[in-house]
Amino acid sequence: MSAIFILIAASLIVALGFLAAFIWSVKSGQYDDDYTPSVRMLFDDNLKNNTPDKNNTKKQD
Amino acid sequence: MIKALKTTTLCYHCGEECDGTEIHIEEKKFCCQGCKTVYEIINKVDLCEYYDLNENPGLKQNKTQRKDKFAFLDDELIRSKLIHFKDDKQSHIIFYLPQMHCSSCIWILENLSKIDPGIIKSQVNFLRKEVSLVFEHGKTSIRKIAELLTAIGYEPHISFNAISSEKVKKYDRSRIFKIGVSGFCFGNIMMLSFPEYFSFGQLEDPSLAKLFSYLNLGLSLPVFLYSASEFFISAWKGLKQKFLNIDAPIALAVLITFIRSVYEILTGTGPGYLDSMSGIVFFMLVGRFFQDKTYNTLTFNRDYTSYFPLGVTIINELGKEDQIPISKLKVGDRIKIFNQEIIPADAILFLGKAKIDYSFVTGESLPVEKSIGEIIYAGGRQTEGAIELEIVKEVSQSYLTQLWNNDNFKEGDPEKETSFIHKVSRYFTITLFTIALSSGIFWLLNDPSKVWDAVTAVLIVACPCALLLSATFTNGNMIRVLQNFGFYPKNANVLERIANANHIVFDKTGTLTLQQESNILFVGHKLNAVQEQLVRSLANQSNHPLSRAVVSILPFSKTLPVKSFSELKGKGVSGMINGTEVRLGSSEYTLGKNLGLPGSRVYVKIGDEISGHFEIRACYRSSLTNVIDLLKKKFSLSIISGDNETERSKLESIFGKRSQILFNRSPHDKLEYVKALQQNKKVIMIGDGLNDAGALKQSNVGIAVSDNINNFSPACDAILDGNSFEKLPALLNYCRKNKTIIIGSFILSILYNLIGLFYAVRGELEPVIAAILMPISSISIILFTTGLSTLYSIKLKNKTNNGNNSKSR
Repeated sequence: MSAIFILIAASLIVALGFLAAFIWSVKSGQYDDDYTPSVRMLFDDNLKNNTPDKNNTKKQD
Repeated sequence: MIKALKTTTLCYHCGEECDGTEIHIEEKKFCCQGCKTVYEIINKVDLCEYYDLNENPGLKQNKTQRKDKFAFLDDELIRSKLIHFKDDKQSHIIFYLPQMHCSSCIWILENLSKIDPGIIKSQVNFLRKEVSLVFEHGKTSIRKIAELLTAIGYEPHISFNAISSEKVKKYDRSRIFKIGVSGFCFGNIMMLSFPEYFSFGQLEDPSLAKLFSYLNLGLSLPVFLYSASEFFISAWKGLKQKFLNIDAPIALAVLITFIRSVYEILTGTGPGYLDSMSGIVFFMLVGRFFQDKTYNTLTFNRDYTSYFPLGVTIINELGKEDQIPISKLKVGDRIKIFNQEIIPADAILFLGKAKIDYSFVTGESLPVEKSIGEIIYAGGRQTEGAIELEIVKEVSQSYLTQLWNNDNFKEGDPEKETSFIHKVSRYFTITLFTIALSSGIFWLLNDPSKVWDAVTAVLIVACPCALLLSATFTNGNMIRVLQNFGFYPKNANVLERIANANHIVFDKTGTLTLQQESNILFVGHKLNAVQEQLVRSLANQSNHPLSRAVVSILPFSKTLPVKSFSELKGKGVSGMINGTEVRLGSSEYTLGKNLGLPGSRVYVKIGDEISGHFEIRACYRSSLTNVIDLLKKKFSLSIISGDNETERSKLESIFGKRSQILFNRSPHDKLEYVKALQQNKKVIMIGDGLNDAGALKQSNVGIAVSDNINNFSPACDAILDGNSFEKLPALLNYCRKNKTIIIGSFILSILYNLIGLFYAVRGELEPVIAAILMPISSISIILFTTGLSTLYSIKLKNKTNNGNNSKSR
């Protein structure tokens, strides 16, 4: 029977871990905006390389 | 005639038609200097991907800003209010940018650091139209950033509200926390209760049962104390105002359930109903979240403070101009107000020509002229040149501020806000107490040991959570559907008020007619290029639909500076350009006599010469006849317009004999008309402009029609996208279904309650029965409401599609 006590303790600890993860995710602002990240991920990251030529060629075709 | 002159070149920046071609960079054409400037800024730092993400992503930039408009941002007090985090190097600030509208906007705003190296990080929240910035205050300043944003077309909206409150507005995350916590506890309590359910109250090992119930008790505490707190608070608030809202019986049920469960667990007489309790709290919170999660982007309740300037130009004893925040204004201060600025506090006119537009305060459409020494109340907008004023009352004590604090303007006036479910819940609670009491009396007479069990069980099982759930889920779902069709109700309560309405009042201009498109002809001596430029320059100063229409048909030319510009609402505009007086407007205004001729005409007077007039025929929304025919069947209709009678015959043929059509009404008349109708009718007012603001507010449901939903719209209950006008009958009909669905699911929930009561009054409510009933009833009601509202939305879709097809055929 004592196995059950350990299992329950273990399951509660795991569950509390998830609760903590959830609270962290809310606190870090992941639920504040559920739209912009979906757009942001589609932008190219080529800004740092400064490739204006590419932009221009794109525009011409 | 003149129309043929128009070229179809679109501005590279904003996509509006360019009338001339002289403004261009390489092959890229621009409609105005402002757009070109934006392009230059963006091009200089290689951010032209802005233009690749969307075609013509910009907004027209023809407004020139006063140079030191943002000078007030240099004030330490204002700065400290706006900045919500600051250390030695960095500051954090959030700007609200109402112009944000596409992915290009996100892109450019998140790359601001390329333009201003002082900005370290910028992050956009598109739905809120906010950008949060981290910048080095050594390298740049708020003012510089605000000016940069304005320069690229995103003028930040900094309202008095934002700085007057002490706390910086933060995202409200508490609801999500509450849902998470209650969900967590609910799941675990449920799991720990399973052995109890399957053994039907007789666990082999009593110590295990004890452990489980104590664990449950521990887990239920956060639900009871934290997650359910908003029900208790709302119920208490209601009770204090002697109003029994729906949260009252819910709070009671949660409270009774908790007390009884604690009692059972502590005395070892049973496992309690904590699983059911945390379950309903969880489901109800989810429901509320679902209902309230609509949009933060549209502003429905702009109060006067959102219009107030933050800072004002003050003139000190030495005659020097200085910027101070308006909260620092003292009695006796001398301030300077520029054209189109709002007077922030009651003041006496000291110098200059005051022409104050009070339309936004009183609904009066004509600007009032004030002479020196007269008092000018806060809230008026100066419409001509700069004036100097001496403050006589502080901002917080001004006439307008007091007016706004008047009860009429307070939100949530009970007549308007009392919802159907609150009314039902009142009867519900009374019935509930009757049943609880009578079963209590019954058991008192027959078997006193069961009184406690029976009474508490009745209160537990009869929690109106199902009713609340059905309402929240139905409303949430419907609002989402309506949003997809271009109709944006302020909150769930609006749906219900639409369902109850039986009369619609329309405004004409901008509502029934299209603002941009009208058929314009010029009659008279043909204007030469110089004259055209004069007329265009003047008309460009005004936002009146007729002025915009005149601008749209004249070939593009450079806008000349206009001196002593004045605009009289409903009359016309005038100004001095290069020493010539130019007047545009009604015959009375320009010719000095009322010709009373039919047709919306804009007469042109240059110098002393009357050159002719533009004849403007309103262009009705193409679907108008259809829409009105459909609406006529269900509503009585009327039109109230500030315009003249020219369109009467046309409108009569569309609206039919039974509708009342009124012309030449002032904003105040409109309000009074709606008020009179409300004696025996529930009125929907559909309008578009500030001149309808009073009527929109007075009506049971005020719907603002807007061709760009992010533009300014007056305080209203719902915003209708102009493109969705043809869908109006179907949309209103859809709102009417709201009540049907809620009543349907209410009946369903009563059935469940009856089953529960059947056990409860006999004092035999086993936790397992409650635990089964609760989720089944909740889930089936959610399915029922979402299913039904989706079904109706499919019908709605078909209806609107059919409408489109028949139109295109």
